[in-house]
Amino acid sequence: MKKRITIVFVLLSALSYSQIDSTLFKRTEKDSSLQLNMDAVYDRPFLSYGKFPVSLGGYAEVNWQHIGTDGVSEGHQFQMRRMTLFVASTISRKIKFLSEIEFEEGGKEIAIEFASIDVEFHPLFNLRSGIIMNPIGAFNQNHDGPKWEFTDRPVSAVQLLPATWSNAGFGLFGKTYKGDWMFGYEFYLSGGFDDEIIDNDLGKTFLPVSKDNPERFTESASGRPLTTAKLAIRNKYVGEIGLSYMGGVYNTYQDDGIILDDKRRLNVFAIDYNTTIPKINTFITGEFVWIHVEVPESYTQQYGNMQHGGFIDVVQPVLQRKMFGWEDATLNLAFRLEYVDWNVGKFDETGGNIADDLWSVMPAISFRPSQQTVFRLNYRIQRQQDFLGNVPANTAGFSFGISSYF
Amino acid sequence: MRSLILIVSTVIILILIIQSCEKFQPAAPSEDEILDGPIEGLTNAENIQFLNGDRAFSEVYTSSKGLGPLFVTNSCVSCHSGDGKGHPFSTLTRFGQSDTSGNQFLTMGGPQLQHRAIPGYEPESIPEGASFSRFTPPAVTGLGYLQYVTDADILEMADPNDMDNDGVSGVPNWMPLKDFLQPSTNAISQNGKYIHRFGKKASAYDLLDQTVGAYNQDMGITSTFSPIDTYSGLSIDPEVSDKDVRDVVFYLETLKAPIQRNKDDPEVVQGKNLFVDINCAACHKPTLTTGYSPIDKLSNKTFHPYTDLLLHDMGSNLDDGYTEGAAQTYEWRTPPLWGLGLSPTTQGGQYFLMHDGRANTIEEAILMHGGEAQSSKLLYENLAEQEKNALIKFLESL
Repeated sequence: MKKRITIVFVLLSALSYSQIDSTLFKRTEKDSSLQLNMDAVYDRPFLSYGKFPVSLGGYAEVNWQHIGTDGVSEGHQFQMRRMTLFVASTISRKIKFLSEIEFEEGGKEIAIEFASIDVEFHPLFNLRSGIIMNPIGAFNQNHDGPKWEFTDRPVSAVQLLPATWSNAGFGLFGKTYKGDWMFGYEFYLSGGFDDEIIDNDLGKTFLPVSKDNPERFTESASGRPLTTAKLAIRNKYVGEIGLSYMGGVYNTYQDDGIILDDKRRLNVFAIDYNTTIPKINTFITGEFVWIHVEVPESYTQQYGNMQHGGFIDVVQPVLQRKMFGWEDATLNLAFRLEYVDWNVGKFDETGGNIADDLWSVMPAISFRPSQQTVFRLNYRIQRQQDFLGNVPANTAGFSFGISSYF
Repeated sequence: MRSLILIVSTVIILILIIQSCEKFQPAAPSEDEILDGPIEGLTNAENIQFLNGDRAFSEVYTSSKGLGPLFVTNSCVSCHSGDGKGHPFSTLTRFGQSDTSGNQFLTMGGPQLQHRAIPGYEPESIPEGASFSRFTPPAVTGLGYLQYVTDADILEMADPNDMDNDGVSGVPNWMPLKDFLQPSTNAISQNGKYIHRFGKKASAYDLLDQTVGAYNQDMGITSTFSPIDTYSGLSIDPEVSDKDVRDVVFYLETLKAPIQRNKDDPEVVQGKNLFVDINCAACHKPTLTTGYSPIDKLSNKTFHPYTDLLLHDMGSNLDDGYTEGAAQTYEWRTPPLWGLGLSPTTQGGQYFLMHDGRANTIEEAILMHGGEAQSSKLLYENLAEQEKNALIKFLESL
């Protein structure tokens, strides 16, 4: 896979080199018209060359952080969190291809996060096939680093839901608008989760572990489709609200036609919202997720059958003018509140509450020399309780990062 | 010019943050507020092994790593969170032995109930007619000190015929060694049997015995020391390496002893004196000494565990009808009281005391004492309220 990707990019680079004429390059800016979260995959800046049908883009995230928990710190950490490359092409009228390839942690993890062929039959009826990004919540589809004022992705988006959770599959999507209103839907059938969500070395029900299973792009662990559906509605003045569902059988209940276990389902419901308050331009976005996983009663309660959590971000622009030579620079103050409970329930033995939860607040300052680039300084304050509800581990620290489209 | 000032100011602020970032992070809790951490003065090599042991102790086993298929818990740390006492969630059930003739239910899943199972399997249940008892996991701090108390010192504390007439006897649990165990340097043998000292019934010889048993019986993890799979009853390949087992043993040996808090508080001092006056200290010996240990920092050390490592008759109310080794069903090994006051920090904010967590306060635990401790319990009941509070405050300070 690495080799193929390298060859593609070497060829593309060579093509650009041999015909270099910068006047022919054109940057397609982000679409600023009325958008839904589902448009995030196309709502990115791309670089195209003349009439060449392929556009390129991407973003990178680099961070410094110094975080400590109860007096113990790993010290100064310098992280190249990820570099993501987009390749988009218009194959023919109403047929598009878009891919997103992510290199995480210096190349330790390389993943095709999105690679789909979209065929438009009608604005309300588009076929999408390939590696699709399941539209659960808002962050999963709208995760590009430069769009956010925080160096870390929301905990609920990466440790309850698997951020950048994508699978091979097919589905439909569409949207329509009338006046100040816009409506969109998405419906996909895809590969999905596996037994490790309740049998992993984190000792908790953890949906993101299925991301580590590369076979999910070719083989569904349960042999049953994962259904993901989302409805979203936006009013120009009120904002966008999205309701989404993802569910299906996750475990390998049979192999070679031999029954091994009962079929066990997971169901995920999410609500997301975003709006910009007129005049003061305060941007508010958040999502909340409820997860139910069927766990055998005779298994251990460490792997909970109910989880929930979410986050809310508030971003307030405080200065918008020419700064340091950048014409349209913005300085923001921001704040994130997040909560995750990995195990909602009571102990069978005592009836007491099972904890395994986390609260975090994160004030931030961000500076955007342009909308495509963000410098951000965050300070995290976090309290995390273990499964038994013992004295919480207190975590705090600064992080500074730069993220930019290119 | 203004831009330049702004840039320089920003850079200076960032440098200041980087330089002072540790000041904005949570401070470490004081050493006497936590149970975990190594004993002081280990060599660098010993610290490395301690950390390796810590990691192995925290490792969560999954079905692909050999968990179960029947099990009680999936990691050492899930029973001994923060290296302290366990919670009813991780309480073990042992069954099948009702006298000193041995366990009659070994072919029916004994001695330990694996009441949980990985998906696709059915867990065990207690066979009809089997007596049983539930054991709350103990704190694991300071165990190295207890391991290196000499057998001679333990025998010195024993008084099987109550020669001093204080109503307290105390006997060691003499048992044959398992095949993979070696007698310690400080060991004394009697008819081929050795003094066992760990566990509620003092049925584990040393920390290797305890660790190997926990891997096998609690997690269903086989090792070269204990290769029999608890589900099939057959030997299978080891699922944990000898190195990991040895590292965990070393970790347990070198966990620091709990540190007493507020020891100079007048009420705590009064409580300590009362503890001795009403003869609690007859079993809960305040001070012991180690003999030779291959770990230099554990050799010939005086420490304060509040145990005599002996079995005592605790009366009919604590007699569950189940036992291990040479212990009677009504006999229990004196649990160390060090770290008692920190129990809620690892038990979810509550106390679950006595062998099965049946007591939710220290006073309840005191009042559950019987047998050899009956007279001490009566003396406690006759104390003035202020004296009772002082005694409990002392116990909370441990």
